[in-house]
This record gives sequence, structure tokens and C-alpha cells, in this order.
Amino acid sequence: MESKPRLLAILDIVTILLFITAVGMVFFYAPLEAVMGQVQRVFYFHVANAWVGMLGFLVAAIAGVAFLRKSDRKWDIVGMAAVEISFVFFFIAIVSGSIWARGSWGTWWTWDPRLTTAAIVELVYAAYLMLRQGIEDPDRRARFGAVYAILSFISVPLTFISIRIFRTIHPVIIGSGAAGAEGSFEMTPKMLQTFMFSLLTFSFIFADLLWHRIRLGKLADKTENLRLKVLQ
Amino acid sequence: MQPIPHAENQVKTKEPALGVTQFIRSLAAIIWKDLAAELRSRELLSAMLVFALLVILIFNFSLELDAQARSTVTAGVLWVTFAFAGTLGLNRSMAMEKDRGCLDGLLLAPVDRSAIYFGKAIGNLIFMLIVEAIVLPVYSVLYSVNLFKPGLLLVILLGSIGYVAVGTLLSSMAVQTRTRDVLLPILLFPLIIPVLIAAVKGSTGFLQGAQVVDIRPWINLLMVYDVIFVAVAFMVFDYIVEE
Repeated sequence: MESKPRLLAILDIVTILLFITAVGMVFFYAPLEAVMGQVQRVFYFHVANAWVGMLGFLVAAIAGVAFLRKSDRKWDIVGMAAVEISFVFFFIAIVSGSIWARGSWGTWWTWDPRLTTAAIVELVYAAYLMLRQGIEDPDRRARFGAVYAILSFISVPLTFISIRIFRTIHPVIIGSGAAGAEGSFEMTPKMLQTFMFSLLTFSFIFADLLWHRIRLGKLADKTENLRLKVLQ
Repeated sequence: MQPIPHAENQVKTKEPALGVTQFIRSLAAIIWKDLAAELRSRELLSAMLVFALLVILIFNFSLELDAQARSTVTAGVLWVTFAFAGTLGLNRSMAMEKDRGCLDGLLLAPVDRSAIYFGKAIGNLIFMLIVEAIVLPVYSVLYSVNLFKPGLLLVILLGSIGYVAVGTLLSSMAVQTRTRDVLLPILLFPLIIPVLIAAVKGSTGFLQGAQVVDIRPWINLLMVYDVIFVAVAFMVFDYIVEE
């Protein structure tokens, strides 16, 4: 078995350090927001989580196209890894967003375009994972996964657009009309720095986890092959 | 008296000039096969129809469809009904191919793979339109709403095309999995949300006699969706049936 690459070990440490720094910045460096108070601190990691969630979506779609063109197993592992990681991060983004919404809008959930699209993206990820679970043949699983990742990557922006039009034609739906405006605030330089730093940190976390997950996927492939060999 | 055919004489050489006619002929053959099978068994259409009517019946009880509610929720009720009945039809139409080994036969046939996709999709679209053509008048009679407006029919046609384009692709994926019947709605519904939103809003607009300017974005969205997804499905279908 190949040992853990040196670069990955370094990336692990860098990521951990970045994360600790980011937590510190969120709590001690960024100033307290005047209107919303402490709950606003959720914002830094919330957006960063959502960013990672969307990034994984993009990576999965690109890996899907690459797999269909090259039919190289590597790309399938990348796509799977990206979706799995983003599924978790997007869930955290939704939950943290919900906490923020409770603090600033006074409700856990509104059917705002972004929130609705986020919920649908999460469901698409779930569907992707369930699709893969239902197929035993690795090659077919990879092909179907790639196709589904591409399809959903095209459909989700359309969903967002359609909900947007939906809301502009009917501005007042269950009090969510002004939801976009409510809870917005001006960022001070320190806030902006913390925000950017969180984005950077979470991009690192994503890259690190992706790398680990790809290694895991390759190992899983290997064991699968060994198992098939033993069975024959 | 014909000479005994030799094997090499039976192999037809490919004639590129006949590509389009060949494509249309195989397309027509696949559609005809589906229609003929359905004409004899009638299991797909009858199941879809009864199911659609049951859904409307359930909505009647769960939503209190009185005169006032009707004007706002009719489009929603109709589209949910079509979407549910549609999954039933899509599942069945593909499962039939798979179970009786028909899909393998189709794949072995010397036709373009995209002809298979379009053939199945058009077949599914025809079934869906038939169900809609029966559900609409029934709904009109039951709830005394006039549903026969050209605009509404256009929205229903466009919506059905988008639905079937994605649905045929995903159902041919779903039948090849272990959890086939359960999987199709889970795969399909998140992806067809744009179609459902646009179709429901467009239909509501026409039913309430809204200005064409207001309905326009929805029709555009439906058309964009249809074009994009027919094109994408056409491109990726090869990878789904490849063995």
C-alpha cells in the first residue's frame, strides 16, 4: 500500500492551522455587528460552507464530463468524492443559515430563491448518492453518476432563475418579499478580511478532504478488485 | 426461385446518403412498436389514467377545492397529477423494455442510439398527452372550469416535452438499478422543478386571464428548458445504454 504523500501531510497541517486561525478571527478579530449581534458571526462560516458546497457541484460536473470523454476511473472517484464532501458542507451551510435566519429574520426558514435552491441542491446530492448505491457494476455506476452530475448541474441554475422570476412577479409570499434585504449589512474591513480568510480556509479544507477522499476511493477500488479476484 | 442467400450478402453496407430517412424510419418503427404494444395490452395507459383520476380525487378531499380555491390551485393540481402519473408511465414503459429483453434487442438493431432515445421519448410523450387529453375534460366537467384555452394547451405541451425529455433519460437509468421503481421519482423530481414551476405559473396565468406579457417569461423558460434538455439527453443517452 502506498504511504500518505508528503504534500498531503503538509496540506493537512496547513489546513488545521488555517481553520484554527479562522475560528479565532471569527470570534476575536471580527467586530461585533451592531444590529444582529453575536449571531452574525455565523455568517463567515455559513458562506464559506455554501461556497464549498457549490464548488463540489462544479467539480462533480467537470469530473462527469471528463469521465464520459476519457472513461478513466480516476474521474469517477473525483466526482464521487466531490459530491460526498459537498453534501455534508452544504448541509452545514443550510443549518447555519437557518440559525442566522432565526436571529436576523426571526424565522428558521423562508422560501426565498436561495434557500429553496439550496434545499433542492441538497436533494439532488442525495439522489446522486442513492443512484450510485443502487448500482453494483462499477463501470455503469460511474457512467450514470457522471450523467446525473451533468444533468443536475444544468438544471439547478434554471431552478434558481425560475424561482427568481417567480418571486419578482409575486413579491409578497408568506412575508418573504423583503427577505433578501433584511439582515444585510455593511462589512467593515475587519469583517471583510475575516470573511475572505474563511473562504480561503474552507477552500483548503475542501481540497484536503477531496484529496483524502480520492485516496480512499482508489483504495476502495483496489479492495473491490481483490475481493473479485478471491471470489473467482 | 431465389438463390440461397449467403451470409455476406445479408450484411448491408452502410449508406450515408440514406442517413436521415433511415433515422426517421427507425424512429417511426420504435414509436409504432410502443403504440402497438400498448394498443394490445392497454396496461400503461389504463394505469396512468386511473392513477391520475385518483390523484385528482385525493386533491379534492385534501384541498377543499371550492370555487374560490379552484381558480388559484387548478394549475398546481393538474401538474402534480401529470407529474405523478408521468412517473408511473415512464417507469412502466422502460421496465417493459428491460424485463422482456426488448432493450437488448433494440440495442443490437443497426439503428442509431439517438433514434432509440427519441423513439422512446416520443412514445412516452404520446402516452402523456393522451392521459392529459382525458384528464383535462374530466377535470373541466368535475369542477366546471374551462380548461380549453390555446395558451394553456401550449403550456401543457411544452411542459410535457421537458418532462418527458428528462424523464425518458432518467427512467432508462433507473431501470438498470437495483431500486428501480423507487429511484425514478427521486432522480426526476429535483431536476424537473424548473419545468414544474414554469408550467404551473404559465397555466395559472392563462387560467386567470393574465396579460401575455406576464406569462411570456414562463413560456420562454419552458422553451429554453426543453431545448437544453433534449439536446443534453441526446448527447448522453449513448452512455446510459452502453454495455
